[in-house]
Amino acid sequence: MSDFLNYLNSNLTPGQAGAYLWVVIYIFIIFAAVSVAVIAMNWLERKILAHMQVRLGPMRVGPHGLLQPIADAVKLLIKEDIIPAGADKLVFWMAPVVVVITAFTTYIVIPFGPTHAVTDMNIGILFMLGVASLGTLGIIMAGWASNSHYPLLGSLRSSAQMVSYEVAMGMAVVSAVLMTSLTGAGVYGIGPAGGEAIGTLSMIEIVRAQMNQQVWFIFKFFPLGLIAFFVFAVAMVAETNRAPFDLPEAESELTAGFHTEYSGFRWSLFFLAEYAAMIAVSSIAVTLWLGGWLRPFPHWLSGDAWDTAFSFFPALTFFVLAGMALRTTVRMPKHPYFKIQKTGLGVFGLVLGGIGLVLLVPQVRDRIQDIYWFSIKVAAFMYLYIWYRGTFPRYRFDQLMKLGWKFMIPTGIGVLIATALVGVL
Amino acid sequence: MNPVATPFFFYALAAVAVLSAIAVIVRRNPVHSAIALIFTLLSLAGLYLMLYAPFVAGVQIILYVGGIVVLFLFVIMLINIDRMQREYQFNKQWLVALLATAVLGALFVAVYVKGQSIFPHNAVRFLEEKNTQEVGKMLYVDYLLPFEIASLLLLVAIVGAVVMAKKRI
Amino acid sequence: MEITTLHYLVVAAALFIIGTIGVLTRRNVVIILMSIELILNAVNLNLVAFSRLYGLHGQVFSIFVITDAAAEAAVGLGILIAFFRNKETINADEIDLLKF
Repeated sequence: MSDFLNYLNSNLTPGQAGAYLWVVIYIFIIFAAVSVAVIAMNWLERKILAHMQVRLGPMRVGPHGLLQPIADAVKLLIKEDIIPAGADKLVFWMAPVVVVITAFTTYIVIPFGPTHAVTDMNIGILFMLGVASLGTLGIIMAGWASNSHYPLLGSLRSSAQMVSYEVAMGMAVVSAVLMTSLTGAGVYGIGPAGGEAIGTLSMIEIVRAQMNQQVWFIFKFFPLGLIAFFVFAVAMVAETNRAPFDLPEAESELTAGFHTEYSGFRWSLFFLAEYAAMIAVSSIAVTLWLGGWLRPFPHWLSGDAWDTAFSFFPALTFFVLAGMALRTTVRMPKHPYFKIQKTGLGVFGLVLGGIGLVLLVPQVRDRIQDIYWFSIKVAAFMYLYIWYRGTFPRYRFDQLMKLGWKFMIPTGIGVLIATALVGVL
Repeated sequence: MNPVATPFFFYALAAVAVLSAIAVIVRRNPVHSAIALIFTLLSLAGLYLMLYAPFVAGVQIILYVGGIVVLFLFVIMLINIDRMQREYQFNKQWLVALLATAVLGALFVAVYVKGQSIFPHNAVRFLEEKNTQEVGKMLYVDYLLPFEIASLLLLVAIVGAVVMAKKRI
Repeated sequence: MEITTLHYLVVAAALFIIGTIGVLTRRNVVIILMSIELILNAVNLNLVAFSRLYGLHGQVFSIFVITDAAAEAAVGLGILIAFFRNKETINADEIDLLKF
């Protein structure tokens, strides 16, 4: 037992320390957290899209629709499980399983903090790209096994799009990895004199490289980091089949594409995998370009005072959320029908406030910093995803492929060559 | 970092690899064969990880499973014919083929039995942490010419595949 | 029992034999191409197993083998599609004319 608790004193990830029980615990925590995040994303997407379209979104199920995702989940679970006639049963069953497994396997190497990853493989980013490319197989299998032409077309289009934008993602990722080992010189010289610059593929080491070089890679070798980040940001939206690249699953075009014939729980597995993949690629973008778990300005505004000031942010966030919930409670209509909703929302607001108070405790404050800053950056990306969906019109498929092959890949290669040149000069 | 339960993982991965390979050549439906090929390739990636070759494992997953098998599945879907699946799957020379591969297998066994003394039984000779860096260095220093030739080969393959698949050249 | 290099070589040999049987006995050209991929993977496993004893050259060469396999699969499938357009079959026994 003391061996078991001993791990908490070491500063290694559980995989590196060989503490296998902690690995299992971390996996459970990540699984639970991602599920909660997907449920929250469902609600947030519907509400934010609705507010962008000057309407209200779900309002009836719980107070302001807060219980809507749970109602959706229950509905999906109790639906009849239909397998189309003539469908290949084995492949039909396996396709959502493959997609979900690959979406969740990428979470093994995502660093929520310097020691808060399940394990730190020294080919971390390569592993993530590889497993993300396995998701394509699940989509092809889904479209094939449905034995119907809409899913087949949708899955072929979707997988062609994913394969094309994987190349652009790879180029952007390689240019970021290149930046870990180059400090540049002259105008572009950065980092403290004599700072170490070792090239690495490991996710935790990439963030440490950003810490050592005192610059987030998005701002390094300006504008090269920015262009690489832009290429990756567009490619990751296309990779996860989200708007504006969601032709393969748009309802007006292909009646839901490759998951047309899936109903009930199998469809919810695809849905879960899509949102989990979104969070995973956003985590890659945050780790590679936005400094992972580092707080803003760790070197310009350094010192204990600034550290303490920044450490109040988690509690502040929860207080703001609690304030919003309580304000909405107060402004609810004063009608007996709304009593349950009012009390529910009030309790929710108080729970959020309670969490904020817990985060004020000094021990918790120190430990929650890394996870908080990482989560906030990933949450910003999720908001961007929803924003794109509400703003941009859909790309036609040939425009999509043209953009991928004729613009993104040359830009990625150009950024790679330019980064290498600027770094070595 | 010490490896854990190596024999168990080795036997599990090897069994999956061999059984899936048998499924590749036996199944009637080419999509099932492709899926069995995926399992074989993934278990081989696991075996590479056990051999302290993480970079090759990563490249195997990205290129083989995420690229080549996707290509196979695309082509299978584009040219699938049901008639083909209902015919007999093995051709007329299956007996001769089995005899020839039995001789090949006997050759393998003879080489491995007689050559036991030649293979050294040492363990890992280099660090796992620096594998990618070392492979990269070797690619660009010792193997630079094959590297450039491989890129030329890929260019030729791209042009060839596009020309082959066009309807009118 | 300790896993020596010989164990990996036996697995590679088994994969090689299965791949060879597949190439020699199947009629579906796509399956023949997949069996060729099995053979190449067996060779790769051999290379990586020996690279543990003799240096990193085995791993570097296996990367080249994977690259070659990708190029060959692409061109082979391209030829297959071109042929399928002419003769509507992917049966190796029926692809027996030099000109049609």
